[in-house]
Amino acid sequence: MTISETTTDPVDLGLDWPATRLGVENLSVSFDVDGRQREVVTGVSFELTPGSCVAIVGESGSGKSVTARALVGLAGRNATVTADRLELHHEDALAFTSRQWRKVRGRDVGFILQDALVSLDPLRPVRAEIAEALRLHDWGNRRERAARVLDLLTRVGVPLARERARSRPDQLSGGLRQRALIASAIALDPDIVIADEPTTALDVTVQAQVLGELEKMKDRGASIILISHDLSVVAQLADHILVMRGGRVLEQGTAAEVLAAPRDDYTRALIAAVPSEHTRGRSLSSTAPAPDSIALGSVARTSGTVLEAHDLVKRFRAPDGSSTRAVDGVSFSLAAGETLGLVGESGSGKSTTARLALGLEKLDAGSVRLLGSAWSTLPEWRRRRLRPSISAVYQDPLSSFDPRWNVERILLDALRGQRLSPTARRSRVRELLELVGLTPEVLPRFPLKLSGGQRQRVAIARALAPRPSVLVLDEAVSALDVTIQAQILDLLVALQKASGVSYLFISHDLGVISHLSDRVLVMKDGRVVEEGAPDEIFRRPQHPYTRELIASIPVFDPGAFAA
Amino acid sequence: MTTLQAPPIAAPRPRARPRPWGLYVAGLLALLLAIAAIVPQLLATHDPFALDYARALQGPSIRHWFGTDESGRDLYSRVIYGARESLLIGLGAAAVGILLALVLGSLAALAIRPAAVVVDRFVEVMFTFPALLLALLLIAIAGPSAVTEIFAVGLGTAPGYARMIRGQILAAKNSSYVEAATALGHSRTRIVFSHILPNALRPLIAVFALSVGQSIVWASSLSFLGLGVAPPSSEWGALLDAGRGYITQAGWLEVVPGLVIVAVALTATTIGRHLQSYLEKGEK
Repeated sequence: MTISETTTDPVDLGLDWPATRLGVENLSVSFDVDGRQREVVTGVSFELTPGSCVAIVGESGSGKSVTARALVGLAGRNATVTADRLELHHEDALAFTSRQWRKVRGRDVGFILQDALVSLDPLRPVRAEIAEALRLHDWGNRRERAARVLDLLTRVGVPLARERARSRPDQLSGGLRQRALIASAIALDPDIVIADEPTTALDVTVQAQVLGELEKMKDRGASIILISHDLSVVAQLADHILVMRGGRVLEQGTAAEVLAAPRDDYTRALIAAVPSEHTRGRSLSSTAPAPDSIALGSVARTSGTVLEAHDLVKRFRAPDGSSTRAVDGVSFSLAAGETLGLVGESGSGKSTTARLALGLEKLDAGSVRLLGSAWSTLPEWRRRRLRPSISAVYQDPLSSFDPRWNVERILLDALRGQRLSPTARRSRVRELLELVGLTPEVLPRFPLKLSGGQRQRVAIARALAPRPSVLVLDEAVSALDVTIQAQILDLLVALQKASGVSYLFISHDLGVISHLSDRVLVMKDGRVVEEGAPDEIFRRPQHPYTRELIASIPVFDPGAFAA
Repeated sequence: MTTLQAPPIAAPRPRARPRPWGLYVAGLLALLLAIAAIVPQLLATHDPFALDYARALQGPSIRHWFGTDESGRDLYSRVIYGARESLLIGLGAAAVGILLALVLGSLAALAIRPAAVVVDRFVEVMFTFPALLLALLLIAIAGPSAVTEIFAVGLGTAPGYARMIRGQILAAKNSSYVEAATALGHSRTRIVFSHILPNALRPLIAVFALSVGQSIVWASSLSFLGLGVAPPSSEWGALLDAGRGYITQAGWLEVVPGLVIVAVALTATTIGRHLQSYLEKGEK
């Protein structure tokens, strides 16, 4: 059975007035917070027609997910949803009872959530999860449902569907999990599919596959509502785009209108903030710090090669006694003031390489030299003397801070190695804050109370405190919203210009890597498969994996829509 | 305009947060216990040791709230005067247990490898013995007394806490902030004392409160068995032991001290639980 068989809309698509599957006019959602009404979504309107995709774009807190939930009656117990019109298949959905909503969900509207690991029951095989969706709507008998589950898994591109259907979610890779979730969302061939950040946690090659599945569904006539923070993902699929911020729609129109000729400043900022090889040397945010505004000489200037890795090998022992090579013969060198990008998908060994470079993990073979002297071969107590020369910024800054400490204590602690008087130390803390674009107001605050961007700035300040020559940035901007990411990337560029610090920059995001790096290393399964300047790698990839990786990047070229 | 739910009422009603009545009651009881332990004269109605055979084994009345025992002593006053010893044993045993657990748990988590493994296995073996058995063993060696009882109960409860502390320390040791501190070049000692121990031991305050309640129950069971403090002391376990012979004629001699022990254990547990959730909230 395919979607097209069951989803043929009663209205002939040839009409110049296409039937609306979901009509939304002036939708608002407010929450009851301690007895007070707080409006989180205001005045959202759009029409969803067969075979089209409406995308809602925005950053965290923009109200996009709440909007999606309100559309299927899942806004929550203490939410009040109002609208001038909310019509699902020409029925007034505002009047639906929760029983009616339950009938509609799954049958008419499929919902794909971001994190398949959380959304799927960890103790049930995926086939039970998918069959449940069918059973709840009294679809077929047990045997028919089992056959249907296999059919669905095959349809969403799960290889060896029969075997995989028996696996529990934790036994599947992220991509397969996400597909299983899609399979359960489309189990009853709903003609509307709402996908809330469906590819956010996925590697770029897997993301390309999932987007491909959504595209196919669209071609078969399904209507898709795509919720995403990622403009390049949205550009792949959307026909109509709504840009949301702070619960309001700032701009909406066809994909071409919004992407090629954005009217709103925020949309323009969002588009400008997407890093790629074309944005090299350009600032991504409007608030980019000018290099001269940064206190020069705050970092030790060096020249020549600062970090040298030779034939690194790291094995990990699996529970069954076998060992896998997480890092297998990786060599690289990092010159002063240079940025070396390390790109690869999850499990490629890039984070382990970072930990080896930082001397936080014992090498099984090979060696790392720091500033021309031995590093990996030293015992930790001798390494400590050299530690100020190399420091790190992590993906999740929050967990890298002691939860009992406020910003001031974190930064003072980082300065401990230097013999400074208490007053000198305090002024250095302020200097560091200024360096990363923060005000002293954050000093008494705890990282938990800071925004994601502020936290990452504090993490960078801490890493710069010992005046390092090398900064290892492990997915340091991956968890940030695109405009915040743009600010942090601009900050990193400015800091490097001013101080000559070298970056070992690790990311799964090819756009970020190509924006920032002077040289790029592509890793797969613990090995470096390709190395070179970013434009060489992106224009003339040699290794088949690199080619696949590059082909998977969603092409984001706002100009292409103008044509 | 159509709405999914009833439109909000004009005047926003303040949402009532559930009040922690349990905590209030526990707090009041804790206060009374503290007074009973420090200045029992304030609460007692009689001399707890005054014999009055004419009034032996009388049931609860206005004159004797909890009744009298076989020698005519006022049970209420004896319970009040017994608070100091009972609480000292409970607190002492909890302190001994946690301190012992702290040493064992820290060694198992932080000592160099062969030593850590030995300590860890030792704790695991201890853990397999029922706590009461360990306690009895110590009493058999040292003879019954209040001090032995403290150490016996402490020894009995230590292995369980040692396992917990070891887990806490290991979690902190493997955290990103410890790795970040290592990368900053801080020494191991510094990291242990400024990051690992403070974070690992934070929940221990609540565990201690929970342990006090448990220890009081343990200690009174030992006294009841005649293995702890002996009569004429009015330690609550000893009261239970003394009343055992009169259980058919004067049930209150068993019921009242029993209820008091339960109430005190509940008080300690309630305060411990609230402390725990408060500390956890603070961490987030």
